[in-house]
Amino acid sequence: MTATIEPEVGKSRRRKEDERLITGRTRWTDNITLPGMLHMAILRSPFAHAKIVSIDTSAAKSAPGVVAVFTARDLDPDSSIGMPCAWPITPDMKAPRRPVLAADQVNFAGEGVAVVVARSSAEAHDALEEIDVEYDELPVILDMEAAIADGAPLVHEDQGSNTSAIWKFDSGEAGTGGNVEDAISSSEIVLKRRFRQQRLIPAFMEPRACVVDPTSTQITMWSATQIPHILRVMSALTLGIPEHKLRVIAPDVGGGFGGKIGVLPEEMMSLLVAQKLGKPVKWNESRSETMLAAHHGRDQIQDITISANADGTVTGLKVELLANLGAYNGLVGTGVPILGAFMFNAIYKIPAYHFACTNVYTTTTLTDAYRGAGRPEATFAIERIMDELADELGLDPLELREKNWIKHEEFPFTTVAGLTYDSGNYEAATEKAKQLFDYDGLRAEQERRRASKDKVQLGIGISTFTEMCGLAPSRVLGSLDYGAGGWEHAAIRMLPTGKVEVITGASAHGQGHETAWSQIVADQLGVAFEDIEVIHGDTQSSHKGMDTYGSRSLVVGGIAVVKAAEKVVAKAKPIAAHLLECAEDDLEFTGGKFTVKGTDTSTTMGDVALAVFAAHNLPDGVEPSLDSDATFDPENFSYPHGTHLCAAEVDTETGRITLRSYVCVDDVGVAVNPLIVEGQVHGGLAQGIAQALFEGTVHDESGTLTTGTFADYLLPSAVDLPSFTTDRTETPSTTNPLGAKGVGEAGTIASTPAVVNAVIDAVRHFGVNDIEMPLTPMRVWHAVQHGTTDAGGPGHEAGGGLGSIDATGGAQ
Amino acid sequence: MRITVTVDGTKYTDEVEPRTLLVHYLRERIGKVGTVVGCDTSNCGACTVHLDGHSVKSCSVLAVQADGSEVTTVEGLARDGKLHPVQQAFHDNHALQCGFCTPGMIMQSIDLLADNPDPDEQAVREGLEGNLCRCTGYQNIVRAVRDAAQHMSPGAGPDAERITETKHVGVGGD
Repeated sequence: MTATIEPEVGKSRRRKEDERLITGRTRWTDNITLPGMLHMAILRSPFAHAKIVSIDTSAAKSAPGVVAVFTARDLDPDSSIGMPCAWPITPDMKAPRRPVLAADQVNFAGEGVAVVVARSSAEAHDALEEIDVEYDELPVILDMEAAIADGAPLVHEDQGSNTSAIWKFDSGEAGTGGNVEDAISSSEIVLKRRFRQQRLIPAFMEPRACVVDPTSTQITMWSATQIPHILRVMSALTLGIPEHKLRVIAPDVGGGFGGKIGVLPEEMMSLLVAQKLGKPVKWNESRSETMLAAHHGRDQIQDITISANADGTVTGLKVELLANLGAYNGLVGTGVPILGAFMFNAIYKIPAYHFACTNVYTTTTLTDAYRGAGRPEATFAIERIMDELADELGLDPLELREKNWIKHEEFPFTTVAGLTYDSGNYEAATEKAKQLFDYDGLRAEQERRRASKDKVQLGIGISTFTEMCGLAPSRVLGSLDYGAGGWEHAAIRMLPTGKVEVITGASAHGQGHETAWSQIVADQLGVAFEDIEVIHGDTQSSHKGMDTYGSRSLVVGGIAVVKAAEKVVAKAKPIAAHLLECAEDDLEFTGGKFTVKGTDTSTTMGDVALAVFAAHNLPDGVEPSLDSDATFDPENFSYPHGTHLCAAEVDTETGRITLRSYVCVDDVGVAVNPLIVEGQVHGGLAQGIAQALFEGTVHDESGTLTTGTFADYLLPSAVDLPSFTTDRTETPSTTNPLGAKGVGEAGTIASTPAVVNAVIDAVRHFGVNDIEMPLTPMRVWHAVQHGTTDAGGPGHEAGGGLGSIDATGGAQ
Repeated sequence: MRITVTVDGTKYTDEVEPRTLLVHYLRERIGKVGTVVGCDTSNCGACTVHLDGHSVKSCSVLAVQADGSEVTTVEGLARDGKLHPVQQAFHDNHALQCGFCTPGMIMQSIDLLADNPDPDEQAVREGLEGNLCRCTGYQNIVRAVRDAAQHMSPGAGPDAERITETKHVGVGGD
């Protein structure tokens, strides 16, 4: 065994995961083939809201290759199975049952109505066309404000309302700050704005898939999921399968971004069908299916009121949201806006704060977690309105932010939302970003272009964000009525040859845990990076976990790894002392070696592991094992922050936007692997910029999603994005032993308002103070031409995809 | 219909339905599951392979169109246990995260470098426009392709990548 000398944490290690991924030796769920395996295809409703009058499956049943066709009546004759929601945000939250397949009524276009099982996928899909469903259309409910108006048609008649729940936080009532109405009535400036968070599609590259094998003593389910552990528990609870009789495996998973946090009707269907037929089944969706049926993200109307004194001191913030849940409660979708509730105050010392969110049902696909989940929405609103306030006050927007932000010497700081930010240095990140960006130079150029009436105007956008991540302290989740804890588990197995297996409950799907966890363990145990294997994503080998989302894997799961390693060392120490015939207190452990202090007498962790394996010569009463595990529950969230600066050029004659420069300086505490951190920031920026400029769902008036393919939904390609300048400051977190903070969502959370602020800044002198996202050339051009203060409207055009020219073209 | 296709150096003769897409033939018939399907509108490029030396989206080619042709997939790039320079550059530059788009990205990058051995950043971005990635923001992919260019002497790619003026098949040609 090689003892490591140079610390692994902090090194830009190339990833262990890459080898199989760059050579095609991958284990995607759709790659799995089992003996006698059958294939499922799902018939989905073309209508957004309709009664099902009848379903005739007789022709499909006799189609070539078809083994069975099932409807709700076959799979759930008692209508008792409902997809779980883990987050009842209020005691009176509505809970319409989301069935495995719709029985009597469909509530969004894309909801499953029947499932065909055939010998091949092609035959299963062919047979879908042989199923005859008669529908009786119901009124479509798309607009949130219309949905909650008196007398509105209801998505679920039996629920009596389209309002699912109303959740409030008030700093006056909570004792964390003043009363916002007092602040608003006594302040010199009050500004109110409405922002719209358009609906987005997570668009992970690997469509969802599921394989179920019911032929052994445990039913095995492979799923392209972010949450194999949660899925196992929830499947057991939902279907009554004894938990110990179910094994869930997340093999290689091709991205998730929150979009693969779910307990899917399709997964439950696969379990039911496999058990009914006694054969392995596979469900693998097409891209068009995933765009329609996998959950979407964002979709809020945000009414924001901010009050301030004339000197720029912010005095109060009031947030009133409408959040579109779609047709049902998702697994955690009901709580996504609540994750934002604590972040609207952001990095600012706001003395009074009020938040209220109304969750609304519409006849659309469910919404649930999408990268950032609630926090991008919050950050967008506060960072946009800070720019608006700066304009109102005639201040530089950076100056206004600096006037109000928490100074570095004020940490730890308890905010008006009741969170305690452990550490941060907004001044340092901002200063570094300004230098890299040439803030003053670009401001001067902006002035020149404005004076010369250049047809291409320059704008500068700022976003000084923070976020809460590392979900989450279990007691906080409990206080928010979330249905589970936020701990994470890890185990370390010391093998006789000195190699190490690390088992983690985090479930990577692109993040690079195998590499980062190896670096952590290498330092903790003094074992070579190459001698460590990280095992995850299978409830049989990694039996306990809370999985990967909310930028939690490192700051919760990685800390569990540290704790488990500490236990290994603690177990090894008395054995090492015994082998070296010294007292435990005489030993020090560094670089994988136990050394008798002041001597060169030592033994390695590998020697101890071998001695434990032989177990011939151990101290009395010592168990012959170094294996250890730990379950870590964080005491606080982690609060990464950063300053993002965007320079956008806007062609005022065409509305075309060019991102000339994008600089971000993020502070994610101590970086375990700077290369991976940079990659996470890059990808996050791409998704946040895409929300600002390109992406957004469009439904026609009949509720049909007209952006249901990659030809219509504008996922940016390499030519659509600029190169980013990324850098870091490093203010360690004080609440975990690595000093690390989450990074997975930071780029997405920060970048959207930076881009929109830049574009507005470029065209503000035309009388424009908002343009709705995505900022398509048409919307920008329209805003410039008409000098409107609120260009956009609800949006009838997509981001410019090939198929989106006629938004009504997809009407059924 | 009976077709004979050479895939990653091995010759296969199979009966296929005329409607079978090349990607489904590769994945389901001969087990080349390293090549993946990411969409159904030929936008994402995850299924990109080389057909007689040119990149094609294998979801846009029928298996029968590949009759008599040579196909190279991501699984056929490494030579004698050594990674192709583009594979190596993707690893070195952290040009992948989840890795689902990676097979197609690598195959398209090789095609791009065969056409332009020393592309600037914009040329790489344009050359990869037909391949979508949701994880990386593309920056490290661009860096990897340019890095690979520096490590590839002309003609260093697989034989199938030698530029000839024979034929263009499918949508991947330029």
